[in-house]
Amino acid sequence: MSEVKEYVPSVIKADEMDPKFKYEISKMPGAEKIMLCFQCGTCTADCPISRFSDLYQPRRIAHMIQLGLKDKLLSNDALWLCSTCFTCIDHCPQGVEIASLVRVLRNLVAKEKKVIPLVYKELATTLMKTGYVYVIPESRRKKRAAQGLPPLPKPNLEHVAKIFDVTGFSKVLEDIKTFDKVKSE
Amino acid sequence: MTKPKFLLFLGCVIPYRLPSYEVSARKVLGKLGVELVEMPDFNCCGFPMDPIDHELALTLAARNLSLAEQEGLNILTLCNGCFGTLNKANKTLREDKELREKINGNLKEIGMEFKGTIEVKHLVHVLAEDVGFEKIKDSVKKPLTGIRVAQHTGCHLVRPAKYVTHGDDPENPTMLKDLIKLTGAECLDYMDETECCGNPIIGVNEEVPFQLAKEKLEHVKAVKAQALITVCPFCHMMYDLNQPRIERTFEEKFGIPVLHYPQLLGLAMGFTPEELLLNELRVKPTEFLNQISKVL
Repeated sequence: MSEVKEYVPSVIKADEMDPKFKYEISKMPGAEKIMLCFQCGTCTADCPISRFSDLYQPRRIAHMIQLGLKDKLLSNDALWLCSTCFTCIDHCPQGVEIASLVRVLRNLVAKEKKVIPLVYKELATTLMKTGYVYVIPESRRKKRAAQGLPPLPKPNLEHVAKIFDVTGFSKVLEDIKTFDKVKSE
Repeated sequence: MTKPKFLLFLGCVIPYRLPSYEVSARKVLGKLGVELVEMPDFNCCGFPMDPIDHELALTLAARNLSLAEQEGLNILTLCNGCFGTLNKANKTLREDKELREKINGNLKEIGMEFKGTIEVKHLVHVLAEDVGFEKIKDSVKKPLTGIRVAQHTGCHLVRPAKYVTHGDDPENPTMLKDLIKLTGAECLDYMDETECCGNPIIGVNEEVPFQLAKEKLEHVKAVKAQALITVCPFCHMMYDLNQPRIERTFEEKFGIPVLHYPQLLGLAMGFTPEELLLNELRVKPTEFLNQISKVL
């Protein structure tokens, strides 16, 4: 665990707060119950990531949504630290899907800030090209027969491309910026 | 009784990195009379796309579900991530009419439709529910009496509880433990069994997943387990493939072999370590296999 640091309060200015933000968020699948969060902190207390990262605090993320701190949230690296173990969803006494809130915010970063971690761009690009998120080498495919395994299912790349188009993500992907790693402290 | 028959959804990680899981799973399922049908065609379950575009992930998942519906077969996954994603998509699209219409609008472009007529199951569910404990017990020819292992069920097999409807307790999952006990091995309790492996974020941050995995390996070592048993390729990679790096990072020796559950069951059924590709594990299970040969 890291040492306890001196608490420096950050002042929130009224014009940073977008009062409509929480309503926008609550329309997204999985984020419907954001208004029910009463800040008990169970999500942070039970979060395995929070145990090792002072930066990632799900309770704080829920609070920031309620306060409408959109810009601060969408530029917050901590969003990418959720490992989707879903403990917070199971433990929330108000039924707020905390991990889904994080996913909604990540999606917004991709859509509005047009930036995502490099790894996701790589996975998406490979998926579009091959149907799988990893490039499965020819040697591995050949080895399957020797191991008594049937050939891998052939992806329907036409369908995959169409899905990327119809969801608008192939367009998003065209000029998306990336960043490499995120610090946990 | 009719033979259980499933559409096998392999996912991406297993063919890319872990043929040992696929080979051992096919061997034990074959022995237990489960028929596997290969996917007619395939795309990633959608899980890796969820962080960047939920609608994209859902549509990818729904396409796979629709393929299974056309085959008239329930899906069997070996990966917790694939199970969690396909199962949740199946449940939400059945219940949320508005969302279903939106996703079906996307699928219409490729001439497909989600109807919600099939179920998604993980290997663990198929073994516990469709094959049944009695049949598995009968298949054990060489009980692993005296062998002590620990299990890691992983997250997406049991959480979020509101989407997973297979009767295991997310706070204290016992399905995998019960399956392990059928092999004759002892399944040990240890601290923080339900803790996440951390692997889903390893592409953006290595420090936190490494600390989580190190802690898990410490807890498993503390109860003197001879091996750790997993049912997910992500969890397996975290504890097996990354174990030497975790040992170097924290200057701590673990040497804990990490087996896919069907490898453990396969040994108890009488398959050889070679047949189950135990040689492909990063942490060599030499000492573990010595212990097993002593009890057999």
